[in-house]
This record gives sequence, structure tokens and C-alpha cells, in this order.
Amino acid sequence: MPDVVVIGAGMVGAACAYYAAREGLSVTVVDRAAVAGGTTGSGEGNVLVSDKEPGPELDLAVLSCRLWTELASEAREAGGFEHEPKGGLVVAESDEVLRALTQLAGRQGKSGVVTRQVATAELAGYEPHLAPGFAGGVFYPQDAQVQPMLAAARLIRRWPRVALRTGTEVTGLLMERGRVTGVRTRDGDIPAGAVVNAGGVWGDRIAAFAGVELPIMPRRGFILVTEPLAPAYGASPAGPPAPLVRHKVYTAAYVTNVASDSEGLETSAVVEATRAGTVLIGASRERVGFDRTVSLPVLARLARQAVDLFPALADVRAIRAYCGFRPYCPDHLPVIGADPRVPGLYHACGHEGAGIGLAPVTGLLTARLLTGAEPEIDPAPFRPDRFAGTPG
Amino acid sequence: MTADAATYDLVVVGAGPAGLAAAGVAARAGLRVAVLDSGARVGGQYFRALPDGFRAARPWALHHGFSRFVRLRDGLDGADVLLNHRVWAAGPAPGGGFAVHCLAGREERAGTVTGARLLIATGAHDRVLPFPGWDLPGVMTAGGAQALLKGNLVVAGRRVVVAGTGPFLLPVATSLAAAGAKVAGVFEAGGRFALAPRALTRPGKAAEALAYGWGLARHRVPYKGGRAVVAAHGDGELTHVTVARVDAEWRPYRGGHETVECDVLAVGYGFTPQLDLAAQLGCAIGADAAGGPAVRVDRHMRTGVPGVYAAGETTGVGGADLAELEGLIAGRAVVADALGVPAGTGVGARPEPGTGFGPGIRSEARVGARLEARRRRLTGFARALLRAYPVKDGWTSWLRDDTLICRCEEVPYGRVKEARDLGAADARSIKLLARPGMGWCQGRICGEAVARLAGEEPGPPRRPVAQPVRLGDLAAMDERTSDDDS
Repeated sequence: MPDVVVIGAGMVGAACAYYAAREGLSVTVVDRAAVAGGTTGSGEGNVLVSDKEPGPELDLAVLSCRLWTELASEAREAGGFEHEPKGGLVVAESDEVLRALTQLAGRQGKSGVVTRQVATAELAGYEPHLAPGFAGGVFYPQDAQVQPMLAAARLIRRWPRVALRTGTEVTGLLMERGRVTGVRTRDGDIPAGAVVNAGGVWGDRIAAFAGVELPIMPRRGFILVTEPLAPAYGASPAGPPAPLVRHKVYTAAYVTNVASDSEGLETSAVVEATRAGTVLIGASRERVGFDRTVSLPVLARLARQAVDLFPALADVRAIRAYCGFRPYCPDHLPVIGADPRVPGLYHACGHEGAGIGLAPVTGLLTARLLTGAEPEIDPAPFRPDRFAGTPG
Repeated sequence: MTADAATYDLVVVGAGPAGLAAAGVAARAGLRVAVLDSGARVGGQYFRALPDGFRAARPWALHHGFSRFVRLRDGLDGADVLLNHRVWAAGPAPGGGFAVHCLAGREERAGTVTGARLLIATGAHDRVLPFPGWDLPGVMTAGGAQALLKGNLVVAGRRVVVAGTGPFLLPVATSLAAAGAKVAGVFEAGGRFALAPRALTRPGKAAEALAYGWGLARHRVPYKGGRAVVAAHGDGELTHVTVARVDAEWRPYRGGHETVECDVLAVGYGFTPQLDLAAQLGCAIGADAAGGPAVRVDRHMRTGVPGVYAAGETTGVGGADLAELEGLIAGRAVVADALGVPAGTGVGARPEPGTGFGPGIRSEARVGARLEARRRRLTGFARALLRAYPVKDGWTSWLRDDTLICRCEEVPYGRVKEARDLGAADARSIKLLARPGMGWCQGRICGEAVARLAGEEPGPPRRPVAQPVRLGDLAAMDERTSDDDS
């Protein structure tokens, strides 16, 4: 009997298993499909501090950025995964936006975020192909990019104490006198000392098995992928050939969209190049349930914003598009920690678009709570019962 | 966006037998019809026409039923034929009906064609199974070899081996031989006479099979069953292949290998319907007789989406005769639906001479019933074919760790195995971990192989962007509001 069953083999579940096993616990990870088959495999692999207002989520993000660097260097021997600390460049469309962005950067600095003011004239030094006319920006060196699918797979394989069971759908929780004592699956029961709900956008369904409510809802995002480009792309306005996109680049409008409660479509393209040579353009935000129907207007909007940032992209072809569902809570914070309503049940889900970035710190905190150790960050803002009384 | 926009009663995507038949019926009934095709000429893969520049004295020599093709081509009756148009997306149009987004010509000029009704007649492409050496120059799909021959009068090579499974290998081999190639052998991985009992129930098909058999014999082409090309070899280009005797599951017998010299290998393991547009539109997709994906249609070729029809290989691979017949039925249904009368009564859409229905047919309704009955027979035969020539799992034993599975992203079999060991339990997670199918062709070539390596039946495609499209063209579709411009 394992000490812990983790439900969900996405990035967050993988990190929970990794850190719990590092603390000496035996872990079984179950997933109804495969490793990284849900939202983990439908995103961009963002590890961002730049897009977060000062507060509990930013505290998580700053620590998690550091943990990602540690994990990537540790995994290098086992074959590793892509982790590029390339930094993020946020550009402002007007002086007014620049003032707001600069002020935000100042406040973020107090939370441990490294920021660098970039004047209009310096923008081309960061991004030679950037469109002219931006009022300036802020560079965030901590922002990074990971390939989360391989990362999740490697973390799950890191410790022999972790067993992985794919194709194993959880159909209920084992309960004894009000306490969760394992999971029920299509392939039989798995008793365990504790159960971690890392069900992502389906985390509410796992909670419902224990008779508790988690207000997690899907927020759809589309991502466009271009054809692979040569490392040095054409002549840039700023001089000789240079990579078309060097960092994660987005406009300051993104920050307001992330925190938005709007049901309608919002897009503010984050543009970046991947190691495979493609350019990723993501991502839209829509509350449309689990609808996978292609929306050409959304793709068109993303394309336009990307071309507005990098005019040279106009002649680059999109070859793919995909969509995924971010698990979001009404207050845009994740759910992390023991559920006081059901002993034995822990939650690690609801990270919205920040699940990849926040996975390591979520795994670390979960492991601390499982072993009764003192967590590095106060988990109170993320407690699972905080929604009582709020409309789900 | 250029001003290609026009509104039609029917937009047909695909100018093969199905698309041409449907467009002709609808146009002759007075509907405004547009036919789009990515090729430079109408006819599709089956009636692949020669470029005009060839001035071939006998253009019909390579084609079965050339007169049928001429009749279909000349029966379009005022339909707008938009060639060299690659469709990258289709969806509901803002003002009702459907918008078909396409890229025209070499310069990929973006445009949109809208229509009240839409027929998907996009055909099928060769099903590819990887094996060691399949990426060598000189190795091509059976369909590719046939296309080269029909479209450009190129004798694909001096010495050719034809291999794979299914009845399509026979016309490929005979037409190559007739065009002067030395066909060193036809190697059928399944049984040589898998279909013989069934074929005898279809006199036309039996005669066709006999004709191929006679053609092979005349050119002294050996035709062997239970044999598979398990490796292709050559230094920079193909020089020879290894042919193995395989058991019923396609696993090679020990020691039953022979080496056959050739400079072209035409290999075909059947066909996969092109379902990108059907999937984008949300049409229900079910399984064909062999478990592969195919659009679900009712007996009038209507899909699950009102206003969208499908005909030909997209509803299940069945060959040109069935495709043309389905196009005819779909065209009649479109006309009836446009006029608001019950489908099958076929308002004014009389079958042309040569479709098997003479002047003795009294009523349109009886024509409809006859067409449906004929479709049932042909579909039954097509299903029997699919079941008779299945792909067997033993092909995976031909793979080596360094055999490329995905050519676009250069993913060898070893990486696919590694992904499986890391917990990639399905095709999608194999793609996410090892990248097969993420490149230029979006898994059209390797998708089926990856699905089979994951132990799945190949499912419907998920390609929101069916053809590469410039971001600038996509961006131009975004309606700029005054707010955005400020």
C-alpha cells in the first residue's frame, strides 16, 4: 500500500509525486489516460513571474522559478527536458501603459522579482525584429520556458518509490469514517495513507467523489504554431540577421487579461520561439466550457497581435493550432493543501494558466504538508475551503 | 484577403469522381456551384489528367473509363471550377451557410468562398507504414507512383518493385509495366487471393481482376502473396529491397528473405480518408469496416451537420466507381434539399448515359431507389475489400530503433519506444513526448503508424489549420475595431 496516491499524471501531479518521494514517501500516480495528456500537453510551458501582481501567487511563482532551475539541472543526467531561462520582455504600447507597467515592476521587485527597465531605444537590442513604436518595456530575466510533457514524465520516473499507472480511471474514493483511505479505479481499489487531487481542470470531479465542492472551471485557450524558422532570421531593422524572437514577448495588456473575470474572448498574444525552431503564439482566454470547436476568429486575433509585435511574422506560416482548458477558480488562485472537510484528501489543482510554472512549488508544499513539515510559504491563501459561500 | 468571395448554392471541395459527379448534378439543376481542388486539373487522383502541354495523342490510354471522365468533366455545366485552391479551413459563415478558406496558386493568395451548402469530397491519401530505408530517395507510395505516371507520363523507374497490401497494387504494377518499366515483382503482405470468393460475386470486378492478372502475366511480373518488403537499401538512393515471407500477422519467417534489385519501390498499404475539413466542421465521424475513421452519412450522403454532405473516400474508402455514385446521390440530395422536396426524389437530376440507368426508368423516385441500391452493393463490396486486406500488427517487427517514424521531425522508432516507457500510453502523448506528427505534414504521413504503435485504431484528425497559412493572411481575417486601432 503506497503512502500516497496522486490522481493525475500532469505536471502538477508529477511534481507532487516527485517531492513526496524525495521526502521518503511511496507514491502511486494514476491517470485515466497518459502522462501529460491533459492541460499540461495543451499549453505553452510558461514559467512566468512577470504576469503576476504582488501577492500570494507571485510568492509561489518566485520560489517555483528557482525550483525549476534546480529540477532541470538535476534531470540533465537522466536525459533532461527543455528548460530555457530566456527571460520575458513586456512591452508597453503607450507612455501611459509604460507608467503602469513600470509601477507594477517596482512593486513586483519587493517580492523578489528581478526587473530591468528597457527604454524605447534599447528594445531593438533585446528583440531586433520587434515592431517600432513601442514606448518601452520591462525585462524579466526570471521568466523561463519548459517543455512540460517531458518534464512531467522525467519527474515521475526520478524516484523508484513512484509507481505510474496510466489508463487507470478513478471512479471514486475509498472512505472510512469520513476519512479518505484510497482510490477506487476501473482496475480495482488502491488503498493509501493519503490521496492528492491533481486532477487539473477535472479536479472538481475528484473533490465531488469525497462530497466536497471545488469551484474549478475550464477557461479555453488556443495556441498557434508556426513552421520552423532558421536560427538567424533575415535582416532585422536593427542590423544583421538575428533570431526572429529571442525572449517571451508580450504586451502589457496581457497582465490585465490574466486577472480578468470576463466570460468573453480575450487575447493578448505571448510570442516566443522554441528550441524546435517554431514560434508559439498563445493564448486566448474564453469561458466556453469544454468546447473544442475551432474558432477561426480567435486564431485570426492571435495572428494579428503576433504580427503587430513582429511584422516579419506576417510571411511566416502557421502550421498547427491547438487548444486546451485552464483550470481556474473564481479568485484566480490555485487550491493547495489538506482539505479540512475530508481528512486524508489533499488538493493540488486549479492553477489556471500558471500550472506549469507553479508545479514545483505546489509539489514541494504538498510534500511538506503530507509529512507534517513546515512549508516554505504559508498555504493559507490557497486553502480548499475558502470558497464557502461564494457562488461557484 | 483578396476579393474571391462569392456566394454559391453549393461549394464542392474536391474535383475527383465524387465532387465532379455532385457538382454536375447540382449545376445542371440550375444551382450555382463552385468546385475547388488543390490540383492543377480536375479529375482528382483517379482521373489524374495529363497537362495540356503534353498534347498526348491518346490521353485515354492510361485511364480506365476515360469517356466517363470526359462526361463528368464536360457535365459541369456552368459550375465555377477553382483549381490550384488549397482549402485550409471551413466553418459556418457569419451570415449563414459555410465559409471555405483557401489559398490559391503558387503565391498562396488567400480567399474565402461561401456557399449555402458544402460537399466534402476530399478523397484519401496513401496509408504509409514505416520500415527501415523507407526514407531513401526512390521509395514512394503506390499512389505517388501512379500519380507520376498518370499526371506527367513519367515512367517511375527502370526497375520497380510494388509492395504493400490491397487490390490497388495491381493497377499500379500493370500501368507501370505497360509504360515500359521492368516490374521486378508485386509483393502482397496479405493473402494473394484474399478476395477471390467475393470478387466472383461481382462480375465487373472479377473481369477487372482478370485483366490485371493477364496484364501482369503478359509483362512477366511475378505476383506473390505473404511477402513484404521489410527493408529498403541503398547508399544515398535505393538499389535493392529485402523481401521477407511473412505469416498471417505479417511477422517475417526466419530465413525466408530474398534480395530484389530495384531503383523504385512503390509501396502502398491502402488509403486514409482526408477528414480534416469534416472534423473542423464537427461532422460525426465513425469507423469504416476496417476500424479506420470515416464520415458518417445518411443514405442521401448528408453528414450530421445540416447543410454539409460528404461523398467518396471520405465516407469510407471504396474506389472511383463508388465515389462517383455517391457524388451523384449527394448532388441529387443537395438539389432536393435546396428546393425543399424529399431527397431521393431527385428533382430534375436525371442520371446521364453511362451511369447504368437507361431511359426505361420511369420515375425520379425509382432512379433514387436504384442509386441507393447500387450504392449498397458497392459499399458492401468495398467493406469486404477493407476487411480482406487489413494491416496486421506484425509490421512493427520490421522496425529498428533507428528507423524514422516521423520524417518531418526526424523521430526514430527508439524515441517512440522511450516515450512509451516514460508513460506515453496513447498516440497523443507519444506525440507530445517524442514529437512525431508535429512537423510540416502534421502527422498525415506518420499519424496512422504512431496510433498503431500506441495500440489504437487511428482516430479522426484534429487539425484546426489544415494547410500552412501565412500569419499575415490569418491576421487579415481579424476584424479591426476602432478601439483596436486607437
